[in-house]
Amino acid sequence: MAAKVHVTATLNGEPVEFLCEPRQSLLEVLRDELKLTGSKEGCNNGNCGACSVILDGLLVDACIVLGAEIDGCTVETIEGLMGSDGLHPLQQTFLENAALQCGICTPGFIMAGKALLEKNPQASEGDIRHWCAGNLCRCTGYDKIVRAIMDAEPQLEVKK
Amino acid sequence: MNPTQTMAPAQTEVEQKYKVIGTRPIRHDGVDKVTGRAVYGADVQLPGMLHGKVLRSPHAHANIKSINTAKAEALYGVKAVMTAADFPDSGSRTANLGELGEVPLKPMCDNVMASDKAVYHGHAVAAVAATSPHIAEEALGLIEVEYEVLPPVMDVLKAMDEDSPLVHEDLYTDELGEKSAKPSNVASHTRHVKGDLSQGFAAADHVLEREYRCATVHQGYIEPHAATAMWNPDGYLTMWVTTQGAFTVRTSVHQILDIPVSKLKVIPTEIGGGFGGKIPVYGEPVAAVLSRKARRPVKVVMDRTEVFQATGPTSGSYVKLKMGVTNQGRITAAETMLAYEAGGYPGSIVALGGICMFAPYNIDNTTIDMYDVVVNKPKTAAYRAPGAPNSEFAVECMLDEFCERLGLDPMEIRLLNGAKEGDIQSHGIPHPRIGCIETTEAARDCEHYQTPLEGPNRGRGVASGYWVNAGLTSSVTARLNGDGTVTLQEGSTDIGGTRTSIAMQLAEVLGIPVEDVVPSVVDTDSVGYTEVTGGSRVTFATGWAAYNAGQAIKSQLIEQAADLWKVDKDQVSLADGVITTTNGDSRSMTIKELAADLSQKGIDVGSRETVTPQNHGGAYATHVVDVEVDPDTGKVTILRYTAVQDAGRAIHPSYVEGQMQGGVVQGIGWALNEEYFYNEDGLLMNSSFLDYRMPTSLDLPMIETIIVEVPNPGHPYGVRGVGEVPIVPPQAAISNAIARAVGVRLGDLPMSPQTVVKALSAKS
Repeated sequence: MAAKVHVTATLNGEPVEFLCEPRQSLLEVLRDELKLTGSKEGCNNGNCGACSVILDGLLVDACIVLGAEIDGCTVETIEGLMGSDGLHPLQQTFLENAALQCGICTPGFIMAGKALLEKNPQASEGDIRHWCAGNLCRCTGYDKIVRAIMDAEPQLEVKK
Repeated sequence: MNPTQTMAPAQTEVEQKYKVIGTRPIRHDGVDKVTGRAVYGADVQLPGMLHGKVLRSPHAHANIKSINTAKAEALYGVKAVMTAADFPDSGSRTANLGELGEVPLKPMCDNVMASDKAVYHGHAVAAVAATSPHIAEEALGLIEVEYEVLPPVMDVLKAMDEDSPLVHEDLYTDELGEKSAKPSNVASHTRHVKGDLSQGFAAADHVLEREYRCATVHQGYIEPHAATAMWNPDGYLTMWVTTQGAFTVRTSVHQILDIPVSKLKVIPTEIGGGFGGKIPVYGEPVAAVLSRKARRPVKVVMDRTEVFQATGPTSGSYVKLKMGVTNQGRITAAETMLAYEAGGYPGSIVALGGICMFAPYNIDNTTIDMYDVVVNKPKTAAYRAPGAPNSEFAVECMLDEFCERLGLDPMEIRLLNGAKEGDIQSHGIPHPRIGCIETTEAARDCEHYQTPLEGPNRGRGVASGYWVNAGLTSSVTARLNGDGTVTLQEGSTDIGGTRTSIAMQLAEVLGIPVEDVVPSVVDTDSVGYTEVTGGSRVTFATGWAAYNAGQAIKSQLIEQAADLWKVDKDQVSLADGVITTTNGDSRSMTIKELAADLSQKGIDVGSRETVTPQNHGGAYATHVVDVEVDPDTGKVTILRYTAVQDAGRAIHPSYVEGQMQGGVVQGIGWALNEEYFYNEDGLLMNSSFLDYRMPTSLDLPMIETIIVEVPNPGHPYGVRGVGEVPIVPPQAAISNAIARAVGVRLGDLPMSPQTVVKALSAKS
């Protein structure tokens, strides 16, 4: 077993440091070392998006990033989304639209939606469908998820 | 973007009648699930917990000659290693499957871990518990297994051949109740006969005979299976499991490990999708044995490859169908042979395929022959409307072919033959009140169907579907709190918002806001026996238990108020959360006021309810789809999709729509892309989400929904199960749409681009 690596990063706005094995993915570090289990493992090879997090402003699958790679980086996960004023607009519109059934893909979709709307605050239905193609949902048929993301757009606009 | 609509014949009446039912409250577990706080199977963390990993067969079919675990046991960090030898001898023990009777336990044990023979690629053969998942994986590589590789049989028809390799040397066909003399891969042959086929075909003006095939497809839930076990030295075993049925897990683990039910507690975690696939046990008994051996808690989590290789796909199938119709389109006879792959052990869901196949239609003369066939694939499990898509696909495609030949409208042929209350089904049971006609009429009249489709290579398809639904046993415990709210404990795991659809039915009885009901899904020690979340039964049956609990609390409150006011209880009523006298003295108090008073006095108000309702009704759906086919690449694009379905009564319309939309999209995946690819050695070649291609958001339009409400007389609020039937029509609807777009009829699923191109070039 190789020696553990010391990593310092910013996680959900707070400084964080941890030791991890070089072979551990960011998803393993988040879930097993930092006990943040909101990011889910659906495939562990970058195909389902259940572990979507935002790394230095970019949407990534945490299962195909190594924990050691985030040294000096900024990471946002589902756990950091709720502000002092309550739920993030996307969290609220997902609830109002019944955009989740089992809920396992929900954290990933909300993070994907956040990354999209930061880039493209007026994303169309087509934009959302294209962007979210990296996130699999088996329950909803995506209809209500797409609507939830569209519904969050005006609310995020107001928040600005 | 087209709006989702609810078309309920009795909507106005419903709006007046109900305060809570038919509204769209935010689900009780919603905040946990949008903040990442909800605890799913793999999220369980216990002090001192070890990680279990399973070694799997690299062969599709092989005798296990020996297993040597010594090197794995010696690896630093490894705390326990197990094989099937660590399970108690299944010997002559049997498992009780309720109405299916007693079945031998050995196949169930062997599927969890192979004892003498691996019967599919990925079959579990040994397992390791270690201090980290990586060490456990390394240890798997140190286990030495000696195999004698045998030829596999991968296709249902080949498996039925006389000279096929045998998956089990000791399997004999149950041939219409008689045991066959020679071993075979055919586990059983059963038959339903109604009327007289020869008379029926003699009355037909047109007869078609065709073959239809479905590839093996997987449920595709995003959360892999996960089980954590803690076996204490006092013999008590606690398990945290992502499952559709905590009590089912308890029964299965009790049977496999031969330990008393009373020493086994199953705590269901949140469940990240199941669709029927999270009913059987896989890693649960393994985690338990590893925990006993290591004397520490052990978590066994599958990866995606394991999920595809070793957990329940649904049956690949072969269907031969012959139907006759008159010039007017009346179906006079139908004869079918259904052969379903069971996977490595007997027990496909061919029986339900047979029961549902002709259920949407009233046909006087039918014969259904059903074959349950073992092949070297994973043991199949239920998948949404299990058995029905495979068989109904054939009927719905053939009806469309008749329509085309006879110049009939697809809706009219369905209305002409549509099943009604009292019609005798093909297995001899009369239909209860069902909404076939009302649903088809709503589909015929909807804006989508009434709008012409234009453009080259475009076509519109129609298909219907039927699913039997289920009742089964459900329990809840409800208790009034001192602030007038009600805690509601239930045994049904919540896969899609059922905490809320159940709570709404209790809230309706008491006339309180649904937010004042606090539902929780509890462990097997904390609520009465409850069957699986499946069969479209939870909102129906567990909702009924909650309704009964509401009624019990209501009558207790009325009695208590009568006592307080010193009047007869007949002179007290409760409505909209307020208790009033009906004798003219105008006394009243809210439930909250009475609850506070009773709480101070130490009077407990609550109820424990268990129901096993029988009259679950049937679910019926008709779908309309527009497609465009690219003749060069064979790619089929879904342009527009409308699902129309009888929900009986939509308790929470958003989640009814969600079930319809989700079922449609699984059906679209089944129709166009999804399939298991095995190589000639029987090895699964596409066990990842990249290669097993499920629909993404980019592949789809919005899925329009129309809810029809033909109340089920077998439920206090008229509820019918809604979850399963929407997966039935899409495959045929799309095949029919392709036929009308480019003139080729496809009877083999999936209708992947290469299949479409091949059919187009064969045509030209």
